[in-house]
Amino acid sequence: MSTRLSKGGRLIDRTKPLSFTFNGRRMKGYQGDTLAAALLGQDQMLVGRSFKYHRPRGVVASGAEEPNGLVGLGTGGKFEPNQRLTTTELFDGASSTSQNHWPSLDFDVGVVNNSLARFLPGGFYYKTFMYPRAAWKHVFEPVIRRSAGLGAAPTARDEDRYEYAYAFADVVIVGGGIAGLTAALSAGRKGQRVMLIEQTAHWGGRAPVDGVEIDGKPADEWIRSAVEALGKMENVTLRLRMMASGLYDHGYLLAYERIADHSPGDGRPRHRLWRIRAGHVMTATGAIERPLSFAGNDIPGVMLASAVRDYVVNWAVSPGDRTVVVTNNDDAYRTALALLEAGLMVPAVIDARPEAKGALPDAVRARGVRVLTGHGVAKVKGGKRVTGVTTCVQAGQGAELETIACDAVAMSGGWSPVVHLWSHCGGKLLWDEAQGMFRPDPVRPPTGADGAAMATAIGSANGMLRAADAVADAHMAAGSEGDLPKAISAEEAPMLPVWIMPQGAGPELRAKMWLDYQNDVKVSDVQLAAREGYESVEHTKRYTTLGMATDQGKLSNINGLAVLSDALHQGIPQTGTTTFRPPYTPISMGAIAGEARGEIFQPLRKTPMHGHHETHGAHWEPVGQWRRVYCFQRTGEGIHDAVNREIRTVRTAAGLLDASTLGKIIVKGPDAGRFLDMLYTNMMSTLPVGKCRYGLMCNENGFLSDDGVVARLTEDTWLCHTTTGGAERIHGWMEDWLQCEWWDWKVYTANVTEEYAQVAVAGPNARKILEKLGGMDVSKEGFPAMEWREGTLGGFRARIYRISFSGELSYEVAVPASEGRAFWESLLAAGEEFGVTPYGTEAMHIMRAEKGFIMIGDETDGTVIPQDLNLQWAISKKKADYLGKRAQERSYMASPDRWKLVGLETLDGGVIPDGAYAVADGVNPNGQRNVQGRVTSTYFSPTLGKGIAMGLVKHGPDRMGEVIDFPVDNGRIVKARIVDPVFYDKDGEKQNV
Amino acid sequence: MLTLECPYCGVKAEETELAAGGEAHLKRYGPGSSDAEFDGYMFSRKNPKGVHFERWRHAYGCGKWFLAARDTATLEVFGTYPAQSKEPPAELQAKIKAKRPNWEGYK
Repeated sequence: MSTRLSKGGRLIDRTKPLSFTFNGRRMKGYQGDTLAAALLGQDQMLVGRSFKYHRPRGVVASGAEEPNGLVGLGTGGKFEPNQRLTTTELFDGASSTSQNHWPSLDFDVGVVNNSLARFLPGGFYYKTFMYPRAAWKHVFEPVIRRSAGLGAAPTARDEDRYEYAYAFADVVIVGGGIAGLTAALSAGRKGQRVMLIEQTAHWGGRAPVDGVEIDGKPADEWIRSAVEALGKMENVTLRLRMMASGLYDHGYLLAYERIADHSPGDGRPRHRLWRIRAGHVMTATGAIERPLSFAGNDIPGVMLASAVRDYVVNWAVSPGDRTVVVTNNDDAYRTALALLEAGLMVPAVIDARPEAKGALPDAVRARGVRVLTGHGVAKVKGGKRVTGVTTCVQAGQGAELETIACDAVAMSGGWSPVVHLWSHCGGKLLWDEAQGMFRPDPVRPPTGADGAAMATAIGSANGMLRAADAVADAHMAAGSEGDLPKAISAEEAPMLPVWIMPQGAGPELRAKMWLDYQNDVKVSDVQLAAREGYESVEHTKRYTTLGMATDQGKLSNINGLAVLSDALHQGIPQTGTTTFRPPYTPISMGAIAGEARGEIFQPLRKTPMHGHHETHGAHWEPVGQWRRVYCFQRTGEGIHDAVNREIRTVRTAAGLLDASTLGKIIVKGPDAGRFLDMLYTNMMSTLPVGKCRYGLMCNENGFLSDDGVVARLTEDTWLCHTTTGGAERIHGWMEDWLQCEWWDWKVYTANVTEEYAQVAVAGPNARKILEKLGGMDVSKEGFPAMEWREGTLGGFRARIYRISFSGELSYEVAVPASEGRAFWESLLAAGEEFGVTPYGTEAMHIMRAEKGFIMIGDETDGTVIPQDLNLQWAISKKKADYLGKRAQERSYMASPDRWKLVGLETLDGGVIPDGAYAVADGVNPNGQRNVQGRVTSTYFSPTLGKGIAMGLVKHGPDRMGEVIDFPVDNGRIVKARIVDPVFYDKDGEKQNV
Repeated sequence: MLTLECPYCGVKAEETELAAGGEAHLKRYGPGSSDAEFDGYMFSRKNPKGVHFERWRHAYGCGKWFLAARDTATLEVFGTYPAQSKEPPAELQAKIKAKRPNWEGYK
């Protein structure tokens, strides 16, 4: 059994007991524990079930590489699934629940998959696609869907707070072990701006556990003094609990700080996402120990050797009373020594190497422990817990020699440098045959903006596994400023790469050798993939799901690709690794969102009248970042009714539309006219001062991109109105041409959209309202259509454009933005006796559709040219050039077969669904029904009391009166007649009064 | 995420401040050009693995368009210069040639 030892534990504070729950059971731990340590201290070795076979799973590791120990943490608005036990610091009242089991962790029905393992081999999921269609739909899919995913998704809103931070540094050192500290000391002494970040809550990494001495002191003491020295340097920033998640182009480093995970409720944000621009990054990210592949290596109680000694030394937790150590290197003997030191039993060390003669093995032998060299584990015995191992000869096929009773197995297959950050941005790896590892290739580093290396790997992350080498490497890489710390650790003999144990294991054993514990990928699965032709490591990964679990294969990848290489009869470097991608370990969605949630998810643009609308029944709709009023609801009135009332009122009395969001761009200068002639399809240079003209803009591909009314303000000044969503885009478009193509033209532009509040006053009574406000001549004779006037209207400085988008008598009045709300209120007051109503965007849309006016984004979708919309009248024939002209001359743009704008009237008076297609006879080469048109705008017109629509139809204008079919839902066909798109007041008598 | 120095305001701008504008030094073909010329101008873009010239706008800064030369594979930036340039500055071309001897020129 695993238990808490009576003394020791360098990271725990026994004077501060904490209580927490696991699956509802109350448990105890100490301040300084991780959840994994606290659970093991209470003999809770079984912590979850594997993904596919629902095999019992215990804690394997002690850090970020842990594949098994995942729990749901917290409840309600603080619940988060898939939290790693080994990286979760214990806090009082923590509530954790295990995952992926039913009905309970101890008794799980899904484990039946385990007995079916023979029928669920690698690639099982893909093979289900090959069965009859019905089998996938009715058998496999429901089963796979039910068993997919580990933890449950949270249902409540996240109660916690998250934030972003930005930082700049000359050098960011990732990893606060002895290599990172050494580098920080050197760089700090040189006066560089240094950030040293460490993902755990403690400085120093593995050195204290591994018994390293530095400068004549135990590692712990040296680490304390190093951190103290760094703390005194003003140019050095130290951060614990901060994980470098990814390294991106040009030294952009993303880091994830877990500020308050261990102290919930203390008022601080939970996580902080750091965006760091680093002059240089040093990865002192250490190395991760690899499991060994022997049969039964997934049974709870089989752990990494380094993790076993971490639990003993750091948290005074014994994973078992009797621990067998299995290794291919000297380092694992440290685990045997740590266990013996704690008074625990080590029945044997099983070493796959032919001999073990170094200082560490000798020290273990001297304590009376049997060291079996040239041996391996034939099989681990046990179900939910290890009960023993049987030994075999490593060189053989697994004939069992003896059984050794034990309740834990500490395994070590060698170490893999953590090369993730190095690799994220293009750093290459080389295969180090002697150490059996991929390590950063110093001549092929990730490069930055200047073409030079932007990262350096140091310490064990650079393959320097011995303390003295790691420290020397870090010191030199950081400029060798100050004295080189002198680190002393035991000598180690070379390791022997061992990829399966025993090397001649037959199929039965190989089917019990786990590579990926979380996703249940075994040696046999990878070998099967190779037999089925998967030669690329990337394909094999996806086929078998090796390394695709939440741990991203930190333990399994190297073992897996070694097995694949062997099966393909090629070297490991020829097989290569899969791609390392950020984040290094999962980061919270909350941290990614930061403060951008709720109301401040994105900035909101409000018109000057927004506040007034808010208190007068506004039903809002988002238009880009603007909020516009869709309609103004009266008490008890439905949205549809409000829209219809607004339209009827505008058509019979008067209405006010807040049109402030319309884009307004000033174009000024000696060459402004010439410039606008290039931008618009029609002629703007000839527009007289005082007049307005409707214009179309196309992109260079000929397609309509924006429209609006242009007013010439002075001899050299034009005001261009754009669509609400188009203001910034069109302003940018103008600047693009002025700066990059016609940079010798004297033209200046300014986007003044937010400088003005603009109100459309529309309806038969519009003139009466303006006359009542007084101060300007708005008569038919004194102020004709398509002209503008400036003056004082009811005391407001105003510019009035006599333009109509509703088809009614209409004036658009612009006043300074600061006076917009007061102006709106005085219009409402003046209009009261004339029955005025404010109206929203939906009424505006319907009224323009009744008039057959096009709307950018409805009638256009980036493939429509003005000619398609019968807008030839707005295209100048005289101009030699305008943007889009050459494109519109292409043969297929001039084709008579293009779909053209028409009106559509349903035979039954109903409304056609938006986007519906009209079918034609026959089928296309793909067997789909041919089409001949589509609906672009469709509404119920309260004015006409029936559905109206506009659409693009092949040869449409030549087919007036013809009825075409629009199949809609469930085979229903809507029949519609092709008509003139102007449904209302065809002669424009209403607006010209 | 790239950093590019805006040649107008001198700010070393992050990619989030910038808007990409595609290939630089295109010649516009308008009415009167052949189909092949127009097609080349409108659609045919270089996609080199290596030295490339691009248009960028300091959109959330000074608003100016500028041109940048960079390596699309290594993301090394050779230099930035004003958009009002008919060709890359001679010293920039020399610098690129020195770093990439096999480079065939910007055209």
